[in-house]
Amino acid sequence: MSVTGDGDTDTVEHAVADAHRREWAFVLAATARVAGDLDLAEECVQDAYVAALDTWARDGVPRKPGAWLTAAAKRKALDALRRNRVFRTKLPLLVEPDEVDMDEPDDDAVPDDRLRLIFTCCHPALNREAQVALTLRLVCGVSTGDISRLFLVTEPTMAARITRAKKKISAARIPYRVPGADELPDRLDAVLTVVHLFYTTGHTAPSGGDLIRADLVEHALNLARILLTLMPDEPEVRGLLALLILTDARRSTRTDAQGRLVLLEDQDRSAWDRAAIDEGCHLTADAFRSGRVGRYALQAAIASLHAVAADYAATDWPQVLRLYDELLKVWPSPVVALNRAVAVSMVSGPPAALDEIDALERDGRLGGYHYLPAVRADLLRRLGRWSEAAAAYRAALDLADNAAEREFLANRLAEAVESGSGRPSER
Amino acid sequence: MPQYGIFVYSPAPADPMDLSPEYAAALDRYAAQIEELGGKALSGIALQPSTTATSIRGDVVTDGPFIEAKEVVAGFYILEAPDLDVALRIAKLNPATWDGGVEVRPLFFPPAE
Repeated sequence: MSVTGDGDTDTVEHAVADAHRREWAFVLAATARVAGDLDLAEECVQDAYVAALDTWARDGVPRKPGAWLTAAAKRKALDALRRNRVFRTKLPLLVEPDEVDMDEPDDDAVPDDRLRLIFTCCHPALNREAQVALTLRLVCGVSTGDISRLFLVTEPTMAARITRAKKKISAARIPYRVPGADELPDRLDAVLTVVHLFYTTGHTAPSGGDLIRADLVEHALNLARILLTLMPDEPEVRGLLALLILTDARRSTRTDAQGRLVLLEDQDRSAWDRAAIDEGCHLTADAFRSGRVGRYALQAAIASLHAVAADYAATDWPQVLRLYDELLKVWPSPVVALNRAVAVSMVSGPPAALDEIDALERDGRLGGYHYLPAVRADLLRRLGRWSEAAAAYRAALDLADNAAEREFLANRLAEAVESGSGRPSER
Repeated sequence: MPQYGIFVYSPAPADPMDLSPEYAAALDRYAAQIEELGGKALSGIALQPSTTATSIRGDVVTDGPFIEAKEVVAGFYILEAPDLDVALRIAKLNPATWDGGVEVRPLFFPPAE
């Protein structure tokens, strides 16, 4: 079974860390089916990883670390259940007992227990914060302390949030199951929303100094890849992965050496990750070939047009605008309408886009969203209406939290004030 | 099977004598729908309108429901269902969701020890 013989400590620690990164979700998902309870399963999986440090150092690293860990964790779960029958009767089972012993009777619907785990963590009866925290903890294996730092709350607060969510799953009997075909579109959308939220939180941290939190971005990309492996026929899963890859291909150019924000139009396109862009474009095209495009595939298509354009002005803006029109149909969100307004400005000029911005301001749903005044400010800047632009930059600054974005807005404000004062005739 | 308390909320005062004919017809069908979806309604009760309620907080007695709100509890029943997904599917068909809503909450059983 072992390939390394007596492993030295470094090799073993590395192997355990590696198995933690790669196999955590797989091991936990399989163990949860036996344990019938996520809390117990998590405990047993943690114990199995601790046991691996000793056993692997003694007997060598097994050929299939994931299988070893799963067997160890399942054994611990069964022991715990046997040791205390009262304990078992107290626990609401996630799955019916007879289902546990069956050997994957419905292989087609559930190729892997990880999907059950993911769908359970993202169940609509849990609020979004709980879904995000549970998915990071249980599916990605991120420690509670690290999750609390990512979301800028204290560790006890995050621990309480996770405990509350696990308790609800158990008390309200949220089933450990992949939803049936009739429910799948809605339920899948919740899963994709959570993965996308990891990405956007990591990509533009809502506050604090780092524009990008690389860990969260990596977790989002990994999860999207896992989802595509598990659900290869869902075009929206493909669309989400494509969107993440295409956006991430520009990661290194979004900020300069000083950590300052660089706009899409000013980014160094020669530094974009071409291999990633190729992969993203292929995934997007595949998603479109299925004929059922949703909001992620459409966003990926927009991202791919940006990714392949020689420069900002050379982007196929009419096609971008058509895609935004489609996107608005399947996802009537004011944020989409705001992004569409930028495309309108490139096709029909800033004045037409300002009309759209006015409509969005009357709509009111984006009150408090700093990108609304920021886009208005940019349109006014392009028109040379400096004093109005300055007022809009001030409004955006009042609402923005991210340090890199604030610095960008402050610089643009200074430019607008300077240009305005240099042209006294401007009204 | 797990059991859930289903609280039915309707616009105040939620007078059961004022139900529309459509609502009453939907309620008649609902019992059969619960069974079809794999659940079972155990005991259920309807309440007089909230204008007949009296509330006590501390030692203060007031006329009306405990929490002043647009919607008030109109009734309550116990639903047996294999899991929350089934319970929610059943709850979504409740005609109370047309102009009010329902709350689905697992019943508490003291730990067996």
